[in-house]
Amino acid sequence: MTEVVSGLAPELKGAKRGQGYVPEASAGERFRSTDVAAFEVPGGREENWRFTPMKRLRGLHDGTATFAGTASVDVPAVEGVTIEQVGREDPRLGEAGIPQDRIAAAAWSAFREATVVTLDGTPGPVTVTVDGPGAGESAALHLQLRTTPHTEATVILVQRGSGVLADNLEVVLGDGSRLNLVVTEEWADDAVHVAAHHLLVGRDATLRAISVALGGDLVRVSPTVRYAGPGGDAELLGLGFADAGQHLEQRLLVDHATPNCKSNVLYKNALQGVKGTLTSGRQGDAHTVWIGDVLIRAAAENTETFEFNRNLVLTEHARADSVPNLEIETGEIAGAGHASATGRFDDEQLFYLQSRGIPEDVARRLVVRGFFGEVLHKIPVPELRDRLEAAVEAELAIAGA
Amino acid sequence: MSTLEIKDLHASVTTADDGLKEILRGVDLTVRAGETHAIMGPNGSGKSTLAYAIAGHPKYQITSGEVLLDGESVLEMTVDERARAGLFLAMQYPVEVPGVSMANFLRSAATAVRGEAPKLRTWVKEVKGAMNDLDIDPAFADRSVNEGFSGGEKKRHEVLQLALLKPKIAVLDETDSGLDVDALRVVSEGVNRYREGGETGVLLITHYTRILQHIKPDHVHVFSAGRIVESGGPELADDLEKNGYERFVKAAAV
Ligand SMILES: Nc1ncnc2c1ncn2[C@@H]1O[C@H](COP(=O)(O)OP(=O)(O)OP(=O)(O)O)[C@@H](O)[C@H]1O
Ligand SMILES: [Mg+2]
Repeated sequence: MTEVVSGLAPELKGAKRGQGYVPEASAGERFRSTDVAAFEVPGGREENWRFTPMKRLRGLHDGTATFAGTASVDVPAVEGVTIEQVGREDPRLGEAGIPQDRIAAAAWSAFREATVVTLDGTPGPVTVTVDGPGAGESAALHLQLRTTPHTEATVILVQRGSGVLADNLEVVLGDGSRLNLVVTEEWADDAVHVAAHHLLVGRDATLRAISVALGGDLVRVSPTVRYAGPGGDAELLGLGFADAGQHLEQRLLVDHATPNCKSNVLYKNALQGVKGTLTSGRQGDAHTVWIGDVLIRAAAENTETFEFNRNLVLTEHARADSVPNLEIETGEIAGAGHASATGRFDDEQLFYLQSRGIPEDVARRLVVRGFFGEVLHKIPVPELRDRLEAAVEAELAIAGA
Repeated sequence: MSTLEIKDLHASVTTADDGLKEILRGVDLTVRAGETHAIMGPNGSGKSTLAYAIAGHPKYQITSGEVLLDGESVLEMTVDERARAGLFLAMQYPVEVPGVSMANFLRSAATAVRGEAPKLRTWVKEVKGAMNDLDIDPAFADRSVNEGFSGGEKKRHEVLQLALLKPKIAVLDETDSGLDVDALRVVSEGVNRYREGGETGVLLITHYTRILQHIKPDHVHVFSAGRIVESGGPELADDLEKNGYERFVKAAAV
């Protein structure tokens, strides 16, 4: 990790109005609609799509995906947890946010019933399992998680299986509530998953979210954080492991429009590609994309926001795109910083570790474990942490390192 | 009792433009257990290249010659196999490995070299003791390997690894440079503890005779233009200190 490819942006602690990079179209002024027809079919050159391999979207973006399949949602009965299947007329839907791109709108237009999970009090950890529609099938899904005021809860959303899935995940945090949320992408090799996460943090509420992206052919997740009142605190951690042929894309927008709120984003990705063509016919390159937009609106005084992306390139045939973006409309901020760095696990590090007797595969494991440690350690459920740690190591072993 | 034999070793480095540049031009040297050999020579003469070639750094290609540890060729071995066979290189520029704690690294190395994970309780004691011997603050155990360490701290940690891994033959590449007087003493004592039993051999690369006051060599070699051009006893070091390398460098150029 000695080589800094994309460079470090300067810390912007105490930044003044106008500092930082301001993109042409402000992140906050994105078009929003639940109607797929309101969006033009993207061609792939748009800012929002330019990193995504459109051909591998299986028609999610252009209307050819039928959404005829079904992705199952399983939520066990736990005390303090209410599970409802509701129609699209339910007034709670859309409370956390509505689609900002055509695939999210397509999912919204296509889902048949939404699942609303309400957490109240101090329920034990809840594992929600989503299974893909199966190979060759496509499905749309809508899931909303809600906490009542002052609830403290942990939700693990496990997503796995085959097929093509587009969905909207809404998370509505009641005032003063606290939610630990772990979302895993543990898809089979064929799977394509495009998700929009709408995260609404209530007054004095705390969100601790961890996203873990391991499986799938193409996984594109776009989380948007908004605050319903002052005092909100959101931490978004991410861990991604892109191996041969995988495209993992994370597009975050934190929209600070309320005073005294905090956001802290740290996404770490490891990449391990292989040369040439895979048996699936796909190229063996590994690709990650991280877009981190933070918008601090004029009203959002005393905001504290940090966003970091770190990528660890383990092999050749890997590409990490990383675009941090901070837009500041107020001078009154408590602190802000953004940075991105991509480093290589280089031959010198490998030589050093091996020269102490450590075999190559163990050396790689050491480095990757060390790299992901600060994210993995924050996973609140020990069994889940162990399982994901093992899953990361299995990823590492696949390409034979 | 171990022996490291280097026979007519030629090595080249792969340069940026993909060419090969010969650095080692026929090195002959035998280091036996119980012996300490010092190698002195001007900058760029190939001392570090010799050290790296023995350890198996991928940047260097051995074009001819042999390196044998107890009669077995190490050149066919991978870098980690050489270390497990009993070779150790304290590097001139130890590498930073962000994200991997020193504690984790040391334990992984000890596990690999000893063939089994050391028992946790005795291990913790062992590491603490070894760190204490080298005046290393225990807080370093939680820091990433060499990351942000000062030059002197890095060198101490190289000797810490020497103490814990107990190799048969140790190559120390300028372990003394960048050390203040006190650190030099502490580090030298560390090396001397390692030599104590007389069952290990040391190849010490240095520019300065001051470390040789602490670590007394049995043999001193002058290295120039990729080979040993003169060998002698400890008195040779004093000669070098007084008169410099010049006469050897000239001789080598002929
Ligand atoms: N990658 C490389 N490309 C080109 N030349 C190299 C490369 N690596 C080493 N060399 C050259 O090989 C020669 C020997 O280098 P080496 O580091 O072994 O010298 P040294 O005797 O250890 O010097 P010092 O006393 O300064 O440590 C030098 O001329 C150096 O520039
Ligand atoms: Mg050198």
